[in-house]
Amino acid sequence: MCTSARLLLSRNLGMSKYLLPVILFFILTSFLFVGLYRDPTEVSSPLLGKPVPQFSLPRLADSEAVFSQDEFLGKVSLLNVWASWCVACREEHPVLTELAHRHEVILYGLNYKDDTADARQYLIEHGDPYRASAVDASGRVGIEWGVYGVPETFVVDKNGIIRYKHIGVITWRDVEEKLLPLIGQLQNETL
Amino acid sequence: MIPEIGHFALILALCLAFVQTLVPILGAQTNTAQWMAVAKPAARGQLLFIALAYACLTYSFISNDFSVLYVANNSNTALPLHYKISAVWGAHEGSLLLWVLMLGFWTVAVTVFSSSLPRDMVARVLGVMGFVSVGFLLFTLLTSNPFERIFPSPVEGRDLNPLLQDPGLVMHPPMLYMGYVGFSVAFAFAIAALLGGKLDSIWARWSRPWVIYAWVSLTIGITLGSWWAYHELGWGGWWFWDPVENASFMPWLVGTALVHSLAVTDKRSNLKNWTVLLAILAFSLSLLGTFLVRSGVLVSVHAFATDPARGLYILIFLAVVIGGSLILYALRAPSIQSSGQFEIFSRETALLINNVLLLVAMLTILVGTLYPLFVSALNLPSLSVGKPYFDLVFSALTLPLVLVVGIGPFMRWKSTPVRQVFRRLFKIAAIGLVVGLILPVMVAGKSSILVTLGTALGAWSIASAGYYLFKNVRQTGHGTRLLHRLGKIPHATWGMSVAHLGVGVFVLGVTFVSAFEQVRELPMQVGQKAELSGYVFQLDGVQDVQGPNYLSKQASVRVFKNGEPVALLLPEKRTYLVQQDPMTEAGIDSGFLRDVYVALGEQVGDQTWGMRLYYKPFVQWIWLGATLMAFGGILAALDRRYRLRLKRGKKTAAADVHERQVAAVS
Repeated sequence: MCTSARLLLSRNLGMSKYLLPVILFFILTSFLFVGLYRDPTEVSSPLLGKPVPQFSLPRLADSEAVFSQDEFLGKVSLLNVWASWCVACREEHPVLTELAHRHEVILYGLNYKDDTADARQYLIEHGDPYRASAVDASGRVGIEWGVYGVPETFVVDKNGIIRYKHIGVITWRDVEEKLLPLIGQLQNETL
Repeated sequence: MIPEIGHFALILALCLAFVQTLVPILGAQTNTAQWMAVAKPAARGQLLFIALAYACLTYSFISNDFSVLYVANNSNTALPLHYKISAVWGAHEGSLLLWVLMLGFWTVAVTVFSSSLPRDMVARVLGVMGFVSVGFLLFTLLTSNPFERIFPSPVEGRDLNPLLQDPGLVMHPPMLYMGYVGFSVAFAFAIAALLGGKLDSIWARWSRPWVIYAWVSLTIGITLGSWWAYHELGWGGWWFWDPVENASFMPWLVGTALVHSLAVTDKRSNLKNWTVLLAILAFSLSLLGTFLVRSGVLVSVHAFATDPARGLYILIFLAVVIGGSLILYALRAPSIQSSGQFEIFSRETALLINNVLLLVAMLTILVGTLYPLFVSALNLPSLSVGKPYFDLVFSALTLPLVLVVGIGPFMRWKSTPVRQVFRRLFKIAAIGLVVGLILPVMVAGKSSILVTLGTALGAWSIASAGYYLFKNVRQTGHGTRLLHRLGKIPHATWGMSVAHLGVGVFVLGVTFVSAFEQVRELPMQVGQKAELSGYVFQLDGVQDVQGPNYLSKQASVRVFKNGEPVALLLPEKRTYLVQQDPMTEAGIDSGFLRDVYVALGEQVGDQTWGMRLYYKPFVQWIWLGATLMAFGGILAALDRRYRLRLKRGKKTAAADVHERQVAAVS
């Protein structure tokens, strides 16, 4: 019982243990440096140009019905990853609602790691811009899509190929400068 | 003309900051008294010019000078005067100016209260703070000049971000910066001690009140931010694990660890290396927070301007300041001897465990916050980190932490008689358990294992703080009146007990609000009633209200309990005219035991509105707990020991002057 704790603590490891903080710090710095030159809203995803991953999830409105990758075929659509706990989603929600009103593109939602009751209430209160939302309670399908934060938005073409990925809040400027031109171009593509 | 004066004053401040960095530190290394003496006047002069620049920018805001780009972007003729004044720190450039202004205040405070410290120590401390100031002033002048003009100047400004037009958020950034910048004092003391090679416990004793004041400011700042989010964002949450929030929480956690480890270094002359490292870390995380918020590396709700040039500058500055200090630490730390030994069962160990837990908490938040960055940099297939991750990890860490909070005060330095402590703790644990079993059932009529655990933990911490005070009262002067005896307890003891009481109150608040909160979201027609947790809400109508720079839909909702009127709530939905953003103002009736909270949603039909009704038991306890922690900090910093030393300090300074006069005469 009378072991000296200090001896245990300061067992001499030479200088190496004192160098540890500075080494960790410079590793962190290099990540920050790389991060600085990446547009956080426009990260190249390994999935760009690939078909949407296969999945099968319940729908938010009706948990008996299934939402699968087939939903994306034959039209240009957006998949917006959202959750009721996500602060930023509330910022972009009016933008999504406005976009849905324009009927230029179909919006789907991926309700990510959320409580289903909370999610339903969220849509009741803020309005539902989505034709349908898939419930990804475990976040498993989110992994398949390469989701690493909420909100994220994917643009999928008529053939079910992911063409664009937007990370973070969509502002109206993003819609006008990036999404709408791309959607217009994709609408003109043939199946 | 005024903006140019401000710009020029800022340049002069930079020149003085250079002087304040180079001359005193060289003076201390070469032991040249005259050079060291430069530090104080340089620091004071620097503050003068920064304050002048700040005043010029404020004047530009008040006088609607839209030829200044920053003013044009963040103000408007219709903006009320108090928001014009607070708009100075409403965006990037101005908040940097506020940052350096705070740093100036802290530095001058050091010049005032350091008269009893060795001269070379003061010179080094001021030099280090001068260096930090150089970094931020250069950053401001090179990349973010708030005095930049535009031509032709716009007739009207683009208005302040509506999110920031709220009394809670007016004070939030200044308090936060007070805290961030306040850690620079402890940092400067640590670096000065490392530079001088003299790491005795003097620097710990001296840093202690400074660290506590910084920690108090940061606590208040974070609390205000959380309180603001609760009122303004309109969905009743109080913490969102947003990157910007995390950026302020990480230095708080390390600052808390530092406050505790400084006690060990001060009283027992132990854990010196560790304390120095924490002092460096706390300030480093403040800088890192600034980087994360200002560079736009992470996407956040708080969405500030993103600019790689600014990010790169701060990153280089970070690398120099933090990297440099850590290298200095690696070089000097091995030779620092900590004296005094302690046994496993001692207060030192309890504080060390507290430190480790706080540090682990900080690291999990750091990893969670930067995770998207790591993933994108390495092109990994990714997992998402969000509120679920933070909630889980953080509650798991809080449990042992609060346990230690209850145990720590009863441990003695060096070694503790195990049996005696266990006897006391047993009583406290019994109280905690009983309260944990009973209170939730009394409050909500139900309970669960997690709720019992949370309540018991909260009660444990409160009971421990109360019992510790009781023990102290019993020990001070028998026979005298209770009030007299209470007055005899040292401020430091009061401070610790009140702060730990705050921890318990906070834990109770969080437990109850997350377990028993009730929400109803529903469309309500005018005249319709809705019931929630025994309260009846009646929507009487929705009126158009015109504010100075916004239009608003204001609902009036009467709340009844048992047929008796309780409150009239006026939730609003505002549309700010210039920026066209919709903003929610929740209608809240706050009480000691519960809040009722109403937010107005979208109009869903003629005379029908989406409404959100909340019943939030004990939610005010969250901020009450945090306020108690801050108050405890203030009490501890006011302890007699520090004041006595101050007086003694004045005496030594006077003796010093006398000595010099004698020397001059002879």
